[in-house]
Amino acid sequence: MMDENASARLIRRTLTVAHRIGLFLAMLLICLPGIWIVLSSLRPTVEIMAKPPVWIPQELSFDAYVAMFSGIGKGGIPVLDYFRNSLIISVTSTVIAVAIGMAGGYAFARYRFRGKSGMFLGLMLTRTVPGIAMSLPLFFVYARLGIIDTHFGMILAYVALNIPFTIWLIDGFFRQVPKDLAEAAQIDGCTRWQAFWQVEFPLARPGIASAAIFAFLTCWNEFALASQLTRSVNSKTLPVGLLDYTAEFTIDWRGMCALAVVMIIPALTLTYIVQKHLVGGLTSGAVKG
Amino acid sequence: MATVSLKKLTKRYGNMEIVHGIDLDIADREFIALVGPSGCGKSTTLRMIAGLEDISGGNIDIDGRVVNDLPPRSRNISMVFQSYALYPHMTVRENLGFSLKIAGAAKDDMDRRVAEASAILGLDELLERRPSQLSGGQRQRVAMGRAIVRDPDVFLFDEPLSNLDAKLRTQMRTEIKKLHAKVKSTVIYVTHDQVEAMTLADRIVIMRSGYIEQVGTPDEVFSRPATRFVAGFIGSPPMNLHEATVSDGRLVFSGGDSLPLPGQFKSKTAAGDKVVFGIRPDDFYPTGHGLSSGGETEVHRVDLPVSITEPLGNETLVFAEFNGVDWVSRMLNPKPLKAGDRIGMSFDLSRAHLFSAETGKSLRN
Repeated sequence: MMDENASARLIRRTLTVAHRIGLFLAMLLICLPGIWIVLSSLRPTVEIMAKPPVWIPQELSFDAYVAMFSGIGKGGIPVLDYFRNSLIISVTSTVIAVAIGMAGGYAFARYRFRGKSGMFLGLMLTRTVPGIAMSLPLFFVYARLGIIDTHFGMILAYVALNIPFTIWLIDGFFRQVPKDLAEAAQIDGCTRWQAFWQVEFPLARPGIASAAIFAFLTCWNEFALASQLTRSVNSKTLPVGLLDYTAEFTIDWRGMCALAVVMIIPALTLTYIVQKHLVGGLTSGAVKG
Repeated sequence: MATVSLKKLTKRYGNMEIVHGIDLDIADREFIALVGPSGCGKSTTLRMIAGLEDISGGNIDIDGRVVNDLPPRSRNISMVFQSYALYPHMTVRENLGFSLKIAGAAKDDMDRRVAEASAILGLDELLERRPSQLSGGQRQRVAMGRAIVRDPDVFLFDEPLSNLDAKLRTQMRTEIKKLHAKVKSTVIYVTHDQVEAMTLADRIVIMRSGYIEQVGTPDEVFSRPATRFVAGFIGSPPMNLHEATVSDGRLVFSGGDSLPLPGQFKSKTAAGDKVVFGIRPDDFYPTGHGLSSGGETEVHRVDLPVSITEPLGNETLVFAEFNGVDWVSRMLNPKPLKAGDRIGMSFDLSRAHLFSAETGKSLRN
């Protein structure tokens, strides 16, 4: 009997160790591109292009970052303009998409109306069209309307891109909030509107926060549409700005990586801030348990 | 505190009528139970009184004020939901005080009323917890506390105990009864459990497919059921109900067995009438093991075979075969019986019921 237990314990320990090693490898695989970008932004182009690759950096410097911000003509690009454009376009379109997503998600979760499932399916189907496929038609329409290279045009495109997703995600979260709660709040003296803000909204907040993160990241990282619909510092976003590092015959990989790092930092910060709202299971204990 | 009066109250969903113009007057401080099988319209009726469902016709009047189109918050009612519906993101204290907060009550007034309610229900220890940290019974008490805090005209209960286990249910039933004695308010209580209705209510409203079958005190609905449905619904184990034909002063059952026609129904039936004979297990018992009230005037005795027995300790339910089917009887001071035994059974016909087979109405009146 002792032996059986001892070997079972051994197997369990071995499995735990194997499990951890597996996890480590998987995480390494996921993180490696990110780490490589950070590293590449700090080392000279010769090292980046070296064959066979130089795994351990020989010299590190912040030259690329310094150059990036030193202005045009000194190897710099209008990074602050791009950053401002990205921020304005991403934040505005996220706010609008989440607001509409909340209204739509709530309606789909709570009300019965004609053509509901058809409409829902229709919204989902728009997600099956790749963004790049829409860029040419959109370009023509925008050209006619004269909204190419404007914040407004980009915001409009991103809002349309994100709404089906935010509605779908937020709908699922409102569905999890029992209807009884809103009714109890109305009995307790709330108007329909108060019941929503006091009870249903706080409970669906994790869903709304995740919808916001996803919408923001989609806008922040989007390249295909932006590369067609933007022209100048008026509206060019950071992903499109990366192209500034390509010239006819050369690509400045180091500069490109440095800009990528600059792009990643705000997205990472935002995700970190919002993720604490992502705690699920808030509705437990509301009804029967 | 207030009276509630329903006049020709109707609910339709599209072309489907769910509640068919019911009338009901509820007195101030009365405890009314709406009882009936699922889908009988009792919850819909309650939700219409609460203002959570629009009404399709008729009037709802709370304390002399027609509230047909008023939103729930303007009716001064409170409601305890079957699911409790506690706000999971608030502590017990915040749950209790929520209605006062919305109404803009002063902080000290709010604290005082929350403290009162929590004292009544014994929630003091739990005030800082969240609903997810409470047991079923505690949640139920918080839900009731939330209702009390508002000091409403009318309390509405929507099957509040059906999510609790049997033991807790009995316990909470007693607490609700005590609570009503303390807060002395009008209560409308929806349940599908006739025991809850019988034990709690001043008057019981028995509903069936959107109609009211009978309104009466627990004793009335038990001893003088107005319809066959009420007779079968109220009482546990249920009344024995069997179809028969009146012939030569006897009730002849389909299997050929017969019983004498109870005296009180002689003038109310004619030969050939199709009727439903009903007798409670308490009035059909192994001879010598019934309720000896001494008032039995019309006892019919017959020997019957026992098919099964269900001993309950202080009494045994004996299923005796008569006319080819099992009739349930209650045996007090039980003695051991085996399936197949033939024993003398007594029908106390003075306490029997007769309903029209066609309309289901009692032939007593």
